[in-house]
Amino acid sequence: MSEVRKGKKTVLVACGTGIATSTVVSDAIEKMAKENNIQIEIVQCKVTEVPAYESRASLLVTTTIVSKEYPFPIINARAFLTGIGLDKLKEQILEELKK
Amino acid sequence: MNHVNFDETLVIRNIEGETSSEILKHMAANLYQKGYVKESYAEAVIAREKKFATGLPTNGCGVAIPHTDIEHVNQSAISVGILKKPVEFGIMGEETERTPVKLVFMLAMHDSHSQLTMLQSLMGIFQDEEILLYLAKEESEVKIKEEVSKRLNLNNMKGGE
Repeated sequence: MSEVRKGKKTVLVACGTGIATSTVVSDAIEKMAKENNIQIEIVQCKVTEVPAYESRASLLVTTTIVSKEYPFPIINARAFLTGIGLDKLKEQILEELKK
Repeated sequence: MNHVNFDETLVIRNIEGETSSEILKHMAANLYQKGYVKESYAEAVIAREKKFATGLPTNGCGVAIPHTDIEHVNQSAISVGILKKPVEFGIMGEETERTPVKLVFMLAMHDSHSQLTMLQSLMGIFQDEEILLYLAKEESEVKIKEEVSKRLNLNNMKGGE
């Protein structure tokens, strides 16, 4: 965690409790990043904890409502749970990771 | 690894209720009676559901995965509720949209990060229309328990997607 390289993206993965759906989504994104040889740092947290990471995050992937505005894109990750629209979601995330 | 309690007494069929809160109250009371959760769990899971809805519009029939913070839980457990008639739950990640839910998988999680495999297998169930329809229809709690247990432990042997 301490060796955050310059240019390495920090991806926040948030859900309501930070223990259930974000666990599944974090793992899925980690695998995607590995498969595509992209170095990222994933921070799994509650959606209420997101502001604490605002300055270092490049992307927020979440299964819950986000009522606050952030300077980074927010992607709804529900497809990781239902499987419906999963390919499109993966594409969308990958595009952000490659930016 | 941390053990997840699940048996046929945690499978509740024909739950009746008008609102998601009534359903959650019923299922939480059962978990409390068995000692898996604290008295505070019911109220906490209902409050959490109102704030962060867990309904999922899956293929086959709608599901919900209500859960709350670990401090309300004594031992990890999962309870499966089959509703007599579908009840509207808020859709996860949506402000106002709702979806009719027939199957409720109530999670009592005692550890933050130890249940990845179980959770992934659970999502596997959600993505399998056939199993969802089977669970919605099956009349034997024991058979439902067996099927769900099998699915949640089967992860290692599961073929590639």
